[in-house]
Amino acid sequence: MNYSEQHIDKTSVLSLCRDCFAIVQALIGRCPTCGSKRFVSHPELFGLAVAHIDCDAFYAAIEKRDDPALADRPVIVGGGKRGVVSTCCYVARTYGVRSAMPMFKALQACPDAVVIRPDMAKYAAVSRQIRAMMEALTPLVEPLSIDEAFLDLSGTERVHGAPPAVALARLQQRIEREIGVTVSVGLSHNKFLAKIASDLDKPRGFAVIGRAQTLAFLAPQPVSLIWGVGAAMTARLARDGFATIGRLQKADPAELARRYGETGLRLARLSRGEDARPVRPEREAKSVSAETTFEANIRDLRALEDVLWALCEKVSMRMKKANLLGRVVTLKLKDSKFRTITRRETLDRPSNLARAAFAAARALLAEAAPGRAWRLIGVGFSDLANDGAGAAQDDLFGDPQARLAAQERAIDEIRAKFGAKAIAAGRALRPKGDQARND
Amino acid sequence: MKVTIERSALVRALGHVQSVVERRNTIPILSNVLLQADGGALTLTATDLDIEISESAPADVAVKGAATASAVMLHDIVRKLPEGAQVRLTLVDDEARLQITAGRYEGSLAVLPDEDFPTLASDDMDVRFSMPAADLARLFAKARFAMSQEETRYYLNGVYLHPYADGDVKLLRAAATDGHRLARLDAPLPAGAEKAPGVIVPRKAVSELARLLDDAEETVEVAVSSSKIRFGFGAGYLTSKLIDGTFPDYERVIPKTNPNALRVDNKDFAAAVDRVSTVSADRTRSIKLALAADRLRLTVNNPEAGSALEELSVDYDGEPLEIGFNARYLLDVAAQIDGETATFRLADPSSPTIICDEEDERALYVLMPLRV
Repeated sequence: MNYSEQHIDKTSVLSLCRDCFAIVQALIGRCPTCGSKRFVSHPELFGLAVAHIDCDAFYAAIEKRDDPALADRPVIVGGGKRGVVSTCCYVARTYGVRSAMPMFKALQACPDAVVIRPDMAKYAAVSRQIRAMMEALTPLVEPLSIDEAFLDLSGTERVHGAPPAVALARLQQRIEREIGVTVSVGLSHNKFLAKIASDLDKPRGFAVIGRAQTLAFLAPQPVSLIWGVGAAMTARLARDGFATIGRLQKADPAELARRYGETGLRLARLSRGEDARPVRPEREAKSVSAETTFEANIRDLRALEDVLWALCEKVSMRMKKANLLGRVVTLKLKDSKFRTITRRETLDRPSNLARAAFAAARALLAEAAPGRAWRLIGVGFSDLANDGAGAAQDDLFGDPQARLAAQERAIDEIRAKFGAKAIAAGRALRPKGDQARND
Repeated sequence: MKVTIERSALVRALGHVQSVVERRNTIPILSNVLLQADGGALTLTATDLDIEISESAPADVAVKGAATASAVMLHDIVRKLPEGAQVRLTLVDDEARLQITAGRYEGSLAVLPDEDFPTLASDDMDVRFSMPAADLARLFAKARFAMSQEETRYYLNGVYLHPYADGDVKLLRAAATDGHRLARLDAPLPAGAEKAPGVIVPRKAVSELARLLDDAEETVEVAVSSSKIRFGFGAGYLTSKLIDGTFPDYERVIPKTNPNALRVDNKDFAAAVDRVSTVSADRTRSIKLALAADRLRLTVNNPEAGSALEELSVDYDGEPLEIGFNARYLLDVAAQIDGETATFRLADPSSPTIICDEEDERALYVLMPLRV
């Protein structure tokens, strides 16, 4: 069926069958073409082009796909007995398990759950496959994380021979059939609303928020629906009489600006569903970091350094892949009472070397770590710039980092060819039992 | 120990020595200043194990002796005493506390035994010479901005001091560089310094010296070995370990044949660079210099913040040239130039540029351009 040739009356309510993509007027009951009951109706269905696509319980869904025996069982993907829940499947959610919940709590709620250690490499590969399918629809794909992205399909109607809603329904089906995980689609006229929409009909959903209904839709919603409004801001707004977004709509923007500054203006705009942010392909990373939670708290500095080195290598690898340099190295530590401290160090010159990150982070660690037992350590680069972008400052004596960089590049190449364990720094080779030694 | 000393003399001496004390110390005694009362003087010594600063002040010694007490606290106490006060320092409580009395003030500080106070072994510093304090001060003051802060290039974290002889020309040379810029300062070679080894005086010693040389009398006695250097100031001295490394052959990177000469009014130039670079991105502070006959155009284009340009009348008859620099580096060099006119010698947009003070042939600066 060629939709562009078909006359679509945009004023009357149309329905789209999500299984056979037939378009009919005000569908009730079953699709006359394929008999499906899954359809989406909205007066503006074919006039909206900004979508948010969110994978349903992504990590868990991939694990279920790869092991059909898990299909009906509660699955939790998360790290170790001390870690937290990364993702839990919808079966696990019925037991009250939520993501970011400490693992022991999740297991209290759902003792029968199958716990699987996250295999980030696998998930990233699936994410890339999905992204490629998205990019086949439009160049304007803005990934938000490994399992969600914004798409702007404006002006793609002629290319696809169908309006964005149809292209999205097809994409949704294609991902399900070819990749084996389900996604939820939110379609609206800007990013803010598209992201809200994708959450309305989860899992396997397709929800639409049109222009005409925007104000009325948002009015009864809690202010916490607005991105950037966290627990503290919600409480502050509630104190000031703004419990719902409707209250914010009625408030004078100037008054909101006076009370909350820049944030107030943002609240005024978003409460009316106004969001002018374009969908930007390749969201710029602000920082690249990695962290790990220990099985048992670590107090020993040498043992912490060993973990830190591994994290530095990981972060460095990602920086090099993305062709980024960072000027600031940040060390993060969380102690047994969940108190987090961060320490930062500005480098002499931007770098993406594991050694540079380690040298800076190790010095910070030596200052910050002694005296407490730690449950988590993390390290990251920030204040990023593209390698080779901007003006280049040459060195009178030749760049001293160039040699180290060449060395690390050689190591990376060996790893790419022979695997991550093919070559390692001496400090990564210490036997496990040796790590706790206090020397 | 029981000693009485004029407040101002004590403040001055304490002020000179206490700044070397690291604010955070894992070895408690390093937070302390060593006090030694003997023979009509009180000698104060502080150290961070790399640098030792000591100074004596005339005092009325009733009972000679020695002790160590918190340098920062003692300095703060004495500083806050009224001017003209006579300060009495007495070891009391079986030498467990240092009592400080002045007028109606009475305080006491915990002490640690003076035998435990570490001193820098004064090994054989067999090269000795004396030179005008002003000459030495100038060498360090004008070179220090170019010192590197990079830990990985520890051998650049200081000022390289060495004798230089070329025929009749005999100089004491100071050089500092961080790889992006270089400063080379000359002073007449003092008698006895010909045999001095080339030494790298570490950054912290350079900044401590700057303060000491400000207050110094006319001449400074210098003694050098291959691992330490000592500057004597009459009433006191600073001894520093040297950086154990090889300073690069910096003469090699100073261009000899840059053909294009530019003369600018240094003050006007610095002010214009400062104005124009206000909108430049913080990372590189990139500024472009476009040179044509007797005209210099400074431009900054920062896509995120804005742009600026300014034109200066200059003396220039070289080929038209466009070259980029880090504006901060240009300003740092301009700040060293005391004369009215700065002379640039340029080659091309990717080669080092020389900047000199037209009225001072004993100073030379090299800047590496930014490739835009």
